[in-house]
Amino acid sequence: MGSNAIAADVEIPSDLAEARLLQSQIEEALQATSYTEHDIFSIKLALEEALVNAIKHGNQMDPDKRVVVNYTVTPERFDIRITDEGPGFNPEDVPDPTLPENLERGSGRGVFLIREFMSDVQYHGRGNIVTMSKLKNGASEA
Amino acid sequence: MASKPAGRRRLEVEDIGDIAVVNFVDKKILDEQNISMIGEDLFRLVDELGRRKILLNFGNVDFMSSAALGKLITLHRKLQAVQGKLVLCKIAKDILDVFKITKLDKILVISPDEQSGLQSFS
Repeated sequence: MGSNAIAADVEIPSDLAEARLLQSQIEEALQATSYTEHDIFSIKLALEEALVNAIKHGNQMDPDKRVVVNYTVTPERFDIRITDEGPGFNPEDVPDPTLPENLERGSGRGVFLIREFMSDVQYHGRGNIVTMSKLKNGASEA
Repeated sequence: MASKPAGRRRLEVEDIGDIAVVNFVDKKILDEQNISMIGEDLFRLVDELGRRKILLNFGNVDFMSSAALGKLITLHRKLQAVQGKLVLCKIAKDILDVFKITKLDKILVISPDEQSGLQSFS
């Protein structure tokens, strides 16, 4: 792995405060690798939605269950894999929140936003593992 | 007393005529519990304080998650039910993209700045 790559394997409890610390750590790695503010926003949003899904919907906030996160930041791309211990889900069962009949629903936009803001998103296994990638947008001004 | 020791303030509300202009204290609108409390504070403006025109100024907000969108939709519906109106203004470009991508800009009134937001009530 090149000297410009930052990689980490982290295991956190089903605790949103722990997720927040991890998000800060990843944001720092992205800033250190000169990602644009727009890319950082996109990754932060996808990360927030995916971690909340893993902790709340996957692990049901169970303190005995863990979330495993593996991520890599390079000057070209950001990759992350998030695994929870929940029953999983079929992303195709999640209704499109932009259909007129769903527009005013109070929730159900997380999975959709992750797809829109990341370059590639895939669910694996029973749906309890998500991998997401973001290709760095354009060259930095530096 | 200059400040209240308990109950952190999440919203700043200023009355401009009959319009309640609401600013968010936090830069990030995150966390279910926090969002829930912001929602309660917003709903109280309508349900208990009888406000009918609310302008939410997002000028201070640089990040929010989808969990907050549900509260905005509920607030919009509450105001519609009493012939009131909700207007959002000064939303940062990245956050505005979230509204556009989810097509919530089709049901919520969004103004570029506070002045045009105030005018959209007349």
